[in-house]
Amino acid sequence: MGQAIYNILVFPGLFFLILFGWAAEFIDRKIYARGQKRVGPPWYQPVADFIKLAAKEDIVPEEASATSFKLMPLIAMASAVTAFFYIPLWTTEALFSFYGDIIVVMYLLTIPTLTFFLGGWYSRSLYSTIGAMRTLTQLFAYEVPLFVVILASALLANTWSLSEITKFYALHPHLWIFNLLGFGIGIIALLGKLEKGPFDIPEAETEIVAGSFTEYGGRLLAFFRLTLDIEVIVGASLLAAVFLPFGLNLTPAIGFVIYIIKVLFIVILLAVLRTILARFRIDQMLDFCWRYLAPLAFIQILINLLVKGLLLR
Amino acid sequence: MPKKVRIPVGPQHPALKEPVSFSLELSGERILEATIRLGYNHRGIEKACEERSYIQDLYLLERICGICSHSHSTCFVQAVEEIAKLEVPKRGLYIRTLIAELERVHSHLLWLGVAGHEIGFDTLLMFTWNDREIVMDLLAETTGNRVNYGINSIGGVRRDITDEQIKKIMKAMDTLEERTKYYIKIATEETTIIQRLSGVGVLSHDDAVKLGAVGPTARASSVDRDVRRDDPYAAYGEIKFKVITDNHNDVYGRTIVRVLELMESYNIIRQLLQNIPAGPIAVKAPRKIPAGEALSRYEAPRGEDVHYVKSNGTENPERVKVRAPTLANIQAVAHMLKDRYLADMPIIIAAIDPCFSCTDRAITVKDLGQKSEGLMQWGDLRKYSIEWYKGKGIDFSNLKKI
Amino acid sequence: MKGPGRMLQLILESILKKPSTVSYPKFKEAPLKSLRGAIAFIPENCIGCKICMKDCPAGAIIITKIGEKVFQAEIDLSKCIYCAQCVDSCPKKALEYTTQFELAALDKNKLKVTTSGKLQTTTQNETPKSE
Ligand code: SF4
Ligand code: SF4
Repeated sequence: MGQAIYNILVFPGLFFLILFGWAAEFIDRKIYARGQKRVGPPWYQPVADFIKLAAKEDIVPEEASATSFKLMPLIAMASAVTAFFYIPLWTTEALFSFYGDIIVVMYLLTIPTLTFFLGGWYSRSLYSTIGAMRTLTQLFAYEVPLFVVILASALLANTWSLSEITKFYALHPHLWIFNLLGFGIGIIALLGKLEKGPFDIPEAETEIVAGSFTEYGGRLLAFFRLTLDIEVIVGASLLAAVFLPFGLNLTPAIGFVIYIIKVLFIVILLAVLRTILARFRIDQMLDFCWRYLAPLAFIQILINLLVKGLLLR
Repeated sequence: MPKKVRIPVGPQHPALKEPVSFSLELSGERILEATIRLGYNHRGIEKACEERSYIQDLYLLERICGICSHSHSTCFVQAVEEIAKLEVPKRGLYIRTLIAELERVHSHLLWLGVAGHEIGFDTLLMFTWNDREIVMDLLAETTGNRVNYGINSIGGVRRDITDEQIKKIMKAMDTLEERTKYYIKIATEETTIIQRLSGVGVLSHDDAVKLGAVGPTARASSVDRDVRRDDPYAAYGEIKFKVITDNHNDVYGRTIVRVLELMESYNIIRQLLQNIPAGPIAVKAPRKIPAGEALSRYEAPRGEDVHYVKSNGTENPERVKVRAPTLANIQAVAHMLKDRYLADMPIIIAAIDPCFSCTDRAITVKDLGQKSEGLMQWGDLRKYSIEWYKGKGIDFSNLKKI
Repeated sequence: MKGPGRMLQLILESILKKPSTVSYPKFKEAPLKSLRGAIAFIPENCIGCKICMKDCPAGAIIITKIGEKVFQAEIDLSKCIYCAQCVDSCPKKALEYTTQFELAALDKNKLKVTTSGKLQTTTQNETPKSE
C-alpha cells in the first residue's frame, strides 16, 4: 500500500511527472528561442512562471458558473496523470495494466481537451467561446488519425493492453520499423492535441487572445499550464511506448536513461516542428487531417495487416 | 444553425499594436460584417502645431509615427521650404532621400515580421527583425537615433555623411540584399505561408481605386501609382528605379510587392551613394516664414503621405494638415474583412501596415441652431479636458502646466 | 520547389550558432559614437540668450541667471526628446550631446539635472530656485 502511494505521488507518479514536464517545457522553449536566434529562458523559468501564477489571485468571471470554472483545471490534471500510470515506461510493465487499457488511456487523454472546451465554454467570454469551439473542432480532426495509428500498432501485437504491446515488440524487436509512418502521424496528431505549433489554433493569440484560457488566471491557469506540461510527457511516453519500443529488457537504470532520451527526442521534434511552420487556419487544419492524415493512418493499418499476414505466420 | 455574434476586436487586443476598435459580426468563424471605429488615440498634433514654431513642429510632426517618422518630417519641411522659397543644396537632398530609403527598408522588414507574427509564424518575425537591426544601426549611425532620426532641418539636413559611413552602408546593402533574396524564396516556397496569405483580403483593382487605397496596398492590386515617380521630390528625379506592382490583389500580393520594393530600395540607395554630390548640406532658414500655403506629397513606406501647411508670416504656422497613408487605406480594410474567416482578420488588418495613431483625427461638428464657434485655443482645450475628466472623477488640475 | 518547413535548415544552423541577442543588464553593447543622448551644459560658454529655451520642442531646458554672467541650466530628462535642437540653436556652443542613454530613474525628481556655473563672488551661496 505504501509502495503504491509512493509510486503514485512521487516516482514515477505525480512529482516525477511535474519535474519532467517542467524540464520538457524548458527544453521546448529553449529550442524554440535558439531556433529564432534568441537567448531563451533560464532553466528555472517554468518553475518561476508557475510560482508567479500560483501567487496571484484567482478571478472568476461574474457570468461564469464558478464551480465548473474552478473544477476544470483539476479534472484535466487528474486525468492526464492517471493516463500516465497505464503506460509502460522503461520496462515492459506499466504501473497498472489490464486487458483493454489502451482504450482507457486514449479516453483519459481526451479528457484534458474536453476540459479546455468546457472551461472556455463556462467562462462565457466571447473569445473563450470561440476558443472552446475551435478546441472541439480540432479534437475531431486529430483524434481519429491518432486512434487509428495506435490501434494499428495494437493490431500487429494482437492485444488491447499497452503493456502487452511493449512485450510483443520486445519479443519481435525489428517490427517497430513498420510503424514509422504511424509514428509520424502520431507526432502531428500530438501537436494538435497539445495545441502547439502550427495547430495552436484554439489559442491563437492574435485572433482570439488566449482562446479557452482567456478568462483564466492565477492558480487555475497555473494548473492548466501544468496540465499541458504533463500532457506533453504523457503523450510523448505513449508514442514512445507504442512506436519506439526498444531498450526495454535492459537493467532499470539504463532503461530509464533510454526512456528519458526517447521522450526528449519527441519533445525536441515537436519544438522544431512548431518553429518551422506557420499556424494553420481551422478549415485548413480539418482539411489537412481528413484529407491526408486519416487516409495515411488507414494505410498504416493496411501495412500492419499485411505484415501480420505475411511475416507473423 | 450558425448563430450571429458580434465580437469586439479592440480597443485592446493582441492583434492590434495600437488602440482601434473593430466590431465584427460573426457567423461561426465567418465575418459577415466589420465596422471600424477610430479615435482612441487622437493626440491633437495638428492643433498643437499651430501653437509652436516651425522648428518645434519639425520634431512634433516627426513623432506622428514611430516607423515612418522621416516621412512626416520630410513632407512637412518640403511644404515649408516651398513657401519660404528655399533652395535645398543637392547633397542635403541626397541625404534626405538616403534616409527615406533606409526607412523604407526598415519599415518593410518590420512589416514582414509583423505579418509572420499575425499568421502565427514567430520564427519569421525573429529573423526579419534580426536583419532589420542592420538598418537600424545604420540609421543610428548616420542620424544619431534609431527612430525619430531628427535629420531634417528647414532648408536641408542636420548631419553630413562621411565616406566611411558610405562604405559601411554599401556593405550592409549587400548583406541585406542576400537576406531579402532568401525571404523572397521563403515567401514563394513555404506552403504554410502561401496558404495563409493567398486569396486572403482580396481587393480588386477597381475597388482599390474606388476606396482610394495607396501605397503597397494599391500597388498589389495593380494600381500603378507611386509619388516618387509621378511627382518626384528630393533626389528621386535623378534616380532610376522601377515601381513594383502585382496583380494578386491579396495579402500575398502585398507581401510580394513589399519584398520586391526592398530590392528596389537597395538599388536606389546604391545609386544615391555613388552619385552623391559634394557641397553644403543645408541653407539657413528664416525664423519667420512668409505668408503662403503649400501642399506636399511624399511616398511613405505605407503609401502616399500628404501635408498641407499654411503660413501667415509669423514664427508659427497658421494651419498644418496631415493625411497619413493609413487614413486612405482604412476603408479598404472593412471591405476586405467582409466574408473572410476570423483567423484571417489579424493579417488582413496588418496587411495595410496600419498606423492608427497617425490616422486619428478630430472633427468639429457645428450645431447650426446654436451659435457656438467650434474653435478652441490650446489653453481652453486643456481647461475643457481637465473639467471633463473631473466630471469622471479624475483630477488633473494640479498637474504642472506645460 | 514548394513545400512546408522551408526554413528548417536556417533554424537548425541558428540553434548551433551564438544567439543574436544578449541578456541586457549583464551584457551591454557600447553606444554608437554618433548617438544623441543626454544633453550636457557648459556654463562657461553660456551668454544667457535663451534661444535654446525658445527652440526646445519639449520645454525641457530652463536657463536661469544666478549671478553676474553666470547661468544655470535645468534639463528635465523626462521631458527631453533628445533631438539636440538646443545644441544646434545655441550660438555659443554652450550645449552638447553625450552618448549617455541609460537615464531611467525611479524617482521623478532625479530626472531633473541641474548644472550651474561657478559664482565669482563668495558672498552669494544660497541655492537659486528655478520656477
Ligand atoms: S542658447 Fe546657448 S548661450 Fe543661449 S542660453 Fe542657451 S545655452 Fe546659453
Ligand atoms: S535635446 Fe531637444 S528636447 Fe532635449 S533639451 Fe535639447 S532641444 Fe529640448
